[in-house]
Order: sequence, then C-alpha cells, then structure tokens
Amino acid sequence: MSDGTAMVKLTYREAMREAIREAMQRDERVFLMGEDVGRYGGCFAVSKGLLQEFGPERIRDTPLSESTFVGAGIGAAMGGMRPIVEIMTVNFSLLAADQILNNAATILHMSGGQFNIPLVIRMATGGGRQVAAQHSHCLEGWYAHIPGLKVVTPATIEDARGMLWTALEDPDPVLIFENVTLYGMAGELAADAGPTDIDCARVHRSGRDVTIITYSASLFKALEAAETLAADGIDVEVIDLRTLRPLDEATFLASVAKTHRAVIVDEGWRSGSIAAEISARIMEGAFFDLDCPVERICSAEVPMPYAKHLEQAALPQAETIVATVKRMVRSHV
Amino acid sequence: MSEFRMPSLGTDMEAGTLIEWKVKPGDRVKRGDIIADVETDKGIIEVEVFEDGVIDQILVAPDTTVPVGTALAVIRTLGAPAGPSAELPVAERSSIAAEPQVQPRLEAGRPAIQPPPVAPPMAAPARRLRASPLARKLAAELGVDLRNVQGTGPDGAIERADVERAAAAMKAAEKPTAAPVSPPSAAPPAEVKPAAPDFQARMRRAIAAAMARSNREIPHYYLETRIDMSRALRWLEAENQKRSIKERLLPVVLLIKAVARALGDVPDLNGYWIDDRLQLQEAIHIGFAIALRQGGLVIPAIHHADLKSLDELMAVLHDVIPRVRAGRLRSSEVADATITVTNLGDLGVEVVYGVIYPPQVALVGLGKITEQPWAENGMLGIRPILTATLAADHRATDGHRGGQFLESLNRHLQEPAKL
Repeated sequence: MSDGTAMVKLTYREAMREAIREAMQRDERVFLMGEDVGRYGGCFAVSKGLLQEFGPERIRDTPLSESTFVGAGIGAAMGGMRPIVEIMTVNFSLLAADQILNNAATILHMSGGQFNIPLVIRMATGGGRQVAAQHSHCLEGWYAHIPGLKVVTPATIEDARGMLWTALEDPDPVLIFENVTLYGMAGELAADAGPTDIDCARVHRSGRDVTIITYSASLFKALEAAETLAADGIDVEVIDLRTLRPLDEATFLASVAKTHRAVIVDEGWRSGSIAAEISARIMEGAFFDLDCPVERICSAEVPMPYAKHLEQAALPQAETIVATVKRMVRSHV
Repeated sequence: MSEFRMPSLGTDMEAGTLIEWKVKPGDRVKRGDIIADVETDKGIIEVEVFEDGVIDQILVAPDTTVPVGTALAVIRTLGAPAGPSAELPVAERSSIAAEPQVQPRLEAGRPAIQPPPVAPPMAAPARRLRASPLARKLAAELGVDLRNVQGTGPDGAIERADVERAAAAMKAAEKPTAAPVSPPSAAPPAEVKPAAPDFQARMRRAIAAAMARSNREIPHYYLETRIDMSRALRWLEAENQKRSIKERLLPVVLLIKAVARALGDVPDLNGYWIDDRLQLQEAIHIGFAIALRQGGLVIPAIHHADLKSLDELMAVLHDVIPRVRAGRLRSSEVADATITVTNLGDLGVEVVYGVIYPPQVALVGLGKITEQPWAENGMLGIRPILTATLAADHRATDGHRGGQFLESLNRHLQEPAKL
C-alpha cells in the first residue's frame, strides 16, 4: 500500500459488508435479498446491521426457495433494478440452477439482445468447516462453464471490498463466490479502498522457477507453499485468477512462458474442472514453453468427508503443493 | 563424414522404400548426382545428393522401407579421412542387418538352458525420445541432437537444463582442432515392411489425404477472368514459323511464364500457409499438374520458372513429362512447388475450379482456348479466349490480391514478346 494512506484493519466479512453498504449508498436501485439476510444479519453475518441502516424495502428476507428469489432477482434486474441476491451457499444454488442457467445467462440471447440482466448473485462456497458432503461443495468451476455469466472469486480483502461494485456496474449477470473459510480472515485495507476490476488475474508473487495458478481460498495455501519452497531456493510465481469466467489466460500464459512449469491448485474436483480448462489452455497457448507436464492439485474425488482429518486430507494442502513443486523442479533449480 | 538420409518428398510423406542404389561404397559423388531411387506414394523418385564426397557406407539395403530422416548412407566429405568402421558400426545404427546373429549365451556355472529366441530388431519400434516441448524447441535452436543428450527428468526425459548442458559441452568441444565426430545414434530406425506394391491405390490415398485436408482446412475463394489470347497466339505462331518442328513452343509455356511473371508482381500467392501464417517463398517453383494415363496425378515443380526463358521452360516440359509418366521424378521436383498450375484445356474443359495443394496457398486453373465473340472498342469480333481461374486460400490473401494477380496475368499475356 502506498505511503500516507490510512489503513484500517478489518475482516473479509466486514469488507464484503462495506462493499454492500457503499453500493446501497451510491445507487438507489441496489437492494439485497436472500434467506435470513435481514433480521438475522445473514447466515455468515455479512449483512449484519444493514436492515437497521437501509430498512426492509432494500434488505429483504426471502422464503426458503432459491428458485423463486433468484427468479425475482432476474425480474427486478430486467425491470431496471440492480439486485444483489445472496444464496446462502453454492450447495443450495442448485435449486436455482434453472433460473441461473436458463434465464439469467440466456435471456440476453433469447431476447435478441433486448434484455440485459444486471444481476449480482453472491454465494458462499467450499469445504473445510466440517459441515459434511451436502454443505461443502465447491462448484464455481461448474458455473464458469456457462456462457452469459461472469464468475468472480475474491480471495483477498481488497477484492472482497472491491469486486461487488464493478459486478453491479456490469450489464450482465455476475456470480460472486465467497469461500466460507475466508470470512473470518483479517487484514489491512486502505481506508479509501474502492472498486477493483473483475477481468484480470493478478500475479501475487513473482518467481522464475514455477507458476502456481489458483484462486479463492487456495491462494493462501499456494502462498504458504511458496514461502516454504523459497527456503529451499525454489522461486515460485503465484497467480490469483480472481475471475474464472472469462479466464485471463494472457496473464498465466505469459507466466508459464517465463517459468516453463505450471501447477494449478483448485478446490474443485479434478475431472472436468476449471483446472482442466486452464491446463488445456496452457497446452494450446504455451506448449512449446513447457519443460514438464502441467500438474493439478484438486480436491479428492469423493463426497466431502465429515471427519476433520479426512476432510483436510481431501482438500488441497500446502504440503501437497510443496511436494509437487519439488518433484517438478527437482534437478534443475 | 555425414549422413545421407531418407528425404521428405512432400509434407505428407512418413516413410519411403529404398528401391535401388545407383552408387556403391567408394564411389565419388558430387552435389546433384542421383544416387538412389526411392519409392513413395507419389511414385519412384530419383534422389539427389547435396554434397560432394565419397560413399563410405551403405546403411539401408534395397527394398527396405524406412521412416523419413533415417540415415541411408554415410558420405565421407572430401578431405575428411576414411572413417574406421568401428567409428560407425553399421549393425548398431541401421536396419540393414536383417538377420542378427542369435547366439545362445553360455555363462559359466549355469546350465545351458536355451534362451528364448531373440526377436529380430525389426519388430521393436524405435523408442520415441522423451523430451519436453521446451527442450525440443531449444535443441532445434541450439543445433543440439537430442539423441546425444542424457535426460535427467522423469523416466530419463530430456528437459531444458539437459539441452543447455549438452549445448555447452558442444561449444567446449568445438574449440580443439580435431573435433570428434558426434557419436551415431544408438537407436536403430524402425523398419517397416514394404507394403504391397499397390502403387495406384497408394497414390489415390495420398491424393485423398491432401485434398481432404485442403477442403477441410483451407477456406478457398475463386476468381475467374477471361483473357483474349489473340496477341499471344499470333506472336507464338510467328515465332514458331522461324523454328524447326522440334524447337516449337507450345502455348502452355507462355501461360506458365506469364503465371510466374504475375507471381513476381503479386508475391503473396507464392508461398505456404504453415503455423497459422503465410510464409512467402522467394523462389517461384511452379507445380505443373500432370495427369497419369492410368489415373492419378503428379505435380512436378518447374524450378525458378520466372527466371527461365520460354525455350528453357519447353525443355523442362520435354524432360519432365516423360519422366512423370514413367514414374521417375527427382526428389527436388516433387517437394518444392510453391504454387500449382492445372491446365485442363486439352480435354475441352473451359473453366477449372481447383483444390489447393496444401500447404500452398493458391492454384491457377487454365481452361481451353476457344473462339468466342468479343467486344472491344465498340466492335464485335471473334477472338481466342482463355478462362483463367484462381483458387486461393482466404487465410493468406483476400480477393483484392487475387484480382491483382489475374489482372497481371492478363497483362503479361498481352505482351508475349516480353515473356
């Protein structure tokens, strides 16, 4: 952060709340709706206090029916509003999958370009909190498959604070995935921090030996691994994708062209994952720069176990990243 | 000492059959000599040598099919000492030793169990070199032969650092005056049993592959123009009257020369589409499609057509057409064409819509010259008219460029004396 800028300490959750508050203040058309977002303050306490500040017209509790309130959000967006729809977790978004895929992502096309859907859907995602298989899915890669959607995955406090406004400005539907393990993460942010872009990947750490491409909560595991590897003299570049659709392939292809080795860390399951897509893009765009096969570290292809040690074993971990990178660079550092 | 390898006689050629050696060890050869006949899907090709020297060893026996790039013979360049045969052990590097000596090895103290018969080497396909894409690219740039590089990656794969090490070692080795000859590859080339000599069917398959690829990959556009040939034919008639029958020129040489000239004006059509870009070729080698009586076609290249006189072009046709029909073309003639000309006028075809021969980017079609009513300067007359067409690759050029080419072709044919 630049000198002379006042810094504030806050959590990812608070940064997200600040982003919603700012959007509500800046644009009267913005409103938030979802299960328990009002009186309860949100399942993850993101919207705590906003009902008191903005009133029940703009902070709306909805029935337990994802299909209904996502559909209502689409209608509101078509009618000129700028809705923020909160789906408690990605697991329940499957009940609204028809609205998201068949309507939100498709209406612009079906209407011959007449109707944009300026809708933002926020949802929590990911495992690691011992809430078992049905509540631990990590499906943002699935949504990244769908043309007509933008899929963003803020990992840092800066992005939690900055991506929402840019998403609301977008004329088309944007899905924001907030990894549940990040809400409590505290950090510093410039007091005047504002919107950030939602199209570019970011090189978090520059290095020359290997590129780790990741997003969301896995970013911090990658950074931890990079620290460990640095102690062994292995210089790791870490890229936070930030946006899964559209993918900023220019950034990771340039990095691979420099390091000649790539590892993708993705909390999704491996088969048909966003990691698979990135690997294919590297093969298409940087084949002749590769010095070894692209590696992927993804979640084990099992329903997420409840037991803590099994759950941790199923998720990508820094130790796995370290071991994989060491195997890749073994003799040539 | 250098290796004479199975040449690539076209982008689609993977292997060739050595039919006959025209030389034997000890023979002196010079650049351009035909030293072997090789059979490919396109016919029997006379293969030229590209350096002066003495044939040191023949590595591949006649009637052997080997992949492109396989060493066929070792040539001692003039001035180099005769290589001791130990330096280049034949059996180790070639498939000529068809019958390996299978000798049961008896080790002391062991019962003489008959070992299982060793499969002849032809059954074992050459193991593909394991090298990373980056290592391959780097090796090509640095001139490192990957077969001589020790890989340290997984399963002995060659990685960038291995190539860099080998390049550094090579550089160090260049310094002493008596540079050692790089060791020959240990891997014997895979030997393929010669296919049944169903030459017709193979040629058909080769044409099928090239044309299917062309229609699949090349977005063709077509342009046609009608050209008044009266000036050209009048000039030709007058010219031929001065000549003996043997020396007479055919209209087709005017057309070939005019195409070559037009390519000089519009060079964008003279080249290859490779790696997603147009790679212009400086030399103009016109591939002239020649149909075979038994079916199929062969397209020998007329080298540097723009630099040849009409008489020279005529001589080339006199030389090449009988050889094509006899199935005896030279290696450089089948692989080099930068554009193709198809002339179906002899058959009465008026307009030819061609299919481009990849990776070329254009094909010129010439129809029959027919008498047609022609209006010029407000007067109607009867003129000999030729319809010339251009099939061109829209990835490489646009219609505007193609139009300029046909316009230029017409212009050159209106000034036959300058051709």
